[in-house]
Amino acid sequence: METTNFALVGVGGQGVLLASDVLAEVGVEAGYDVKKSEVHGMAQRGGSVLSQVRWADKVYAPLVGNGEVDYLVSFELLEALRWLQLLRKGGIAVVNDQRLPPLAVSSGGMEYPDSQRIEKALSAATGRYKIVPALAKAEELGTERATNVVLIGAVSNYLDVPEEDWLKVIERRVPPKYVELNRKAFAAGREL
Amino acid sequence: MKVLLSGNEAVARGAYESGVVFASAYPGTPSTEILENIVQYDDIYAEWAPNEKVALDGAIGAAYAGKRALAAMKMVGLNVAAEALFYSSYTGFDGALVIVNADDPGMHSSQNEQDNRHYARFAKVPMLEPTDSQEAKDFVGLALEVSEKFDTPVLLRLTTRISHSSSLVELSERKAAPEERKPFARSPMKYSMIPGFAKRRHPVMEQRLKDLAEYAETFPYNKIEWGDRSLGVVANSVAYQYAREVFPEASLLRLGMSWPLPKKLIREFASQVDKIVVVEELDPFLEEQLKIMGIEVAAGKDFFPILDEFNPGIVRDAAYKAGLVETPVEVQKVETGELPPRPPVLCAGCPHRPIYYLLKKYGLVVDSDIGCYALAVLPPIATTDTLGCMGASIGVAHGINKAGVEERAVATIGDSTLWHAGMPGLLNVVYNKSNTVTLILDNLTTAMTGHQPHPSTGRTLMGEQTVKGDFEALARAMGYEEVRTVDSLNLKETEEALKASLDSNKPAVLVTRSPCIFMYEERPGLYEVDLERCNACGLCFEIGCPAVIRSDEIHEKSGKGKAEINTILCFGCSVCEQVCARKAIHAVEE
Repeated sequence: METTNFALVGVGGQGVLLASDVLAEVGVEAGYDVKKSEVHGMAQRGGSVLSQVRWADKVYAPLVGNGEVDYLVSFELLEALRWLQLLRKGGIAVVNDQRLPPLAVSSGGMEYPDSQRIEKALSAATGRYKIVPALAKAEELGTERATNVVLIGAVSNYLDVPEEDWLKVIERRVPPKYVELNRKAFAAGREL
Repeated sequence: MKVLLSGNEAVARGAYESGVVFASAYPGTPSTEILENIVQYDDIYAEWAPNEKVALDGAIGAAYAGKRALAAMKMVGLNVAAEALFYSSYTGFDGALVIVNADDPGMHSSQNEQDNRHYARFAKVPMLEPTDSQEAKDFVGLALEVSEKFDTPVLLRLTTRISHSSSLVELSERKAAPEERKPFARSPMKYSMIPGFAKRRHPVMEQRLKDLAEYAETFPYNKIEWGDRSLGVVANSVAYQYAREVFPEASLLRLGMSWPLPKKLIREFASQVDKIVVVEELDPFLEEQLKIMGIEVAAGKDFFPILDEFNPGIVRDAAYKAGLVETPVEVQKVETGELPPRPPVLCAGCPHRPIYYLLKKYGLVVDSDIGCYALAVLPPIATTDTLGCMGASIGVAHGINKAGVEERAVATIGDSTLWHAGMPGLLNVVYNKSNTVTLILDNLTTAMTGHQPHPSTGRTLMGEQTVKGDFEALARAMGYEEVRTVDSLNLKETEEALKASLDSNKPAVLVTRSPCIFMYEERPGLYEVDLERCNACGLCFEIGCPAVIRSDEIHEKSGKGKAEINTILCFGCSVCEQVCARKAIHAVEE
């Protein structure tokens, strides 16, 4: 199989690391060699977060550089732009339709990029991008915390891995009382 | 069975499988999770020591006692433990010792970038370098075997990308650890390093290095992977993985033991390829050794950067510039315009924030230390003048005050950092009588590395109840007369105590105490702005809380945006309410 490189980006506290754990384990479940790489930042919350996952018959490097990512999964609109350089030509971007203004915007003088600028940058980078209402879907299910699994569901549509493998890993990774909620979140993501 | 493990988890598993019975460390990114995972294995005694030197001394003691021991620390932690590394290199052990050291190329979470391979050469000890999690696990056992065979401590060097990347690992069972207690192998001439005895140990150590160099020739992870012989790549650690991707056809020599080097193997490799390229992160350590051996290096640090960590793109880019590969990395030019940065910030409700608000107000010189509060260097707080290493704050403030500046210098240091390396500096201030005020920012945990217990939390790593160290009693025992304690979140009380400490013009300690927000089960409250009362004066923005934001509602007279509180981020610390002169901020019922 061709190597598949994923980059998951967002803001600390959004559940990026759990989502990349799921993606890595699904790769193992599907029979690939897998590597996952992340950096634990200086602060507990609020910073920009990047995690990378690679699937292949044999993976060497645990991360890739700019222009080498096949799937950019962004939990937040501004962060999608920040990490867009990672995407390879023709790569796919799945972006959660959520704005989390950083301090430089909320109390500083900087502007959060408007929708037009976001769409323009995304479409210039790839014809294959999708802004999905993952947060809204999670809120419909009762908690914004399920946003990460909705996004995983949305990404799963592009990948040739049986649905059971995804659900098996999700069930393993979340506390028992949240299994049903996350199954629904995954299903909601697949419909996006 | 194969499972996905991070490098740090794999080291912990390796310690378990290879019969380690004692493990000690001080938390530090990227090495923290090693001990956090080791503690899950009941067969290993595991502890957080107050600092890395204490951790290493403890592990050395356990190895003297005939057991297999492990000490773990981050890159700069080995600087703290260096003195212990050097004496243990002279003494060796009856048991075995592996020192796991996680370098941080790229300084994701460190104050300087350093290449700790130099320590292996400097202290004349062997160093092993895994390239993935499987090797990280296996190398713990190998390191202990080398330690036993050659009577030496062994450095196991990880980097951030080895520690914090996950790959598949085959698990094995634990080898039986020596359970029996035996008499201490008394040997003062071997273990007591007075100059006369150390002089006898030094030649033993030099001979050991020669023996280890012979062993390096057969070390299974010093390995040639033959390919196209027009190019020979020498690589170590995670750089090997990048080199394997960028040069899939080339012949490759990976060095799993980076000190001492297998010179015969290197010469054999060099003699059979047309040109040699060295791919290594940070310093030209291997490159210089090859050059000393008279081997010509076609591309080394002149192409592969000395700064920052690598990734395959960086290696490919350097290789392209060196004329070693034909295709450059294809990176699209993406036009995003200027993006607002998102650096890490002190959490909303963080008890460290109010004291910096006051320090800014008083225009003091602030000498700070290692911890979450290091974020006070950056806007919006931007109230830190110097920050060096663990414990530096107090000594630096003392020096500035003794030298004399117009403003007063104060030290800010966290609870865990004070126990780690702050005590001697604190003693120096009172002993040598400077008017330095030391602010101990006590949030009752080691917050930055993920809330580990420390000597005043009353808990150990293994979850036992224990004594609680007492900063106020410590200061008094050192001779401080000016010792005060306040609630960090009470601005008025803190300001009065800060003024009194400064006005005393004596050595003073002010403990500002309130738990880290992660110690709460749920947030204690939530605040909101009464937009009728708010006159957009901006006082509440001065505290730099991410939950206090500018609303879209404009105050007519001033034309400025009024304040608003983000209900998701607000933790209910009440500090914005305390600074609001218009009484426009109040608690809401949740």
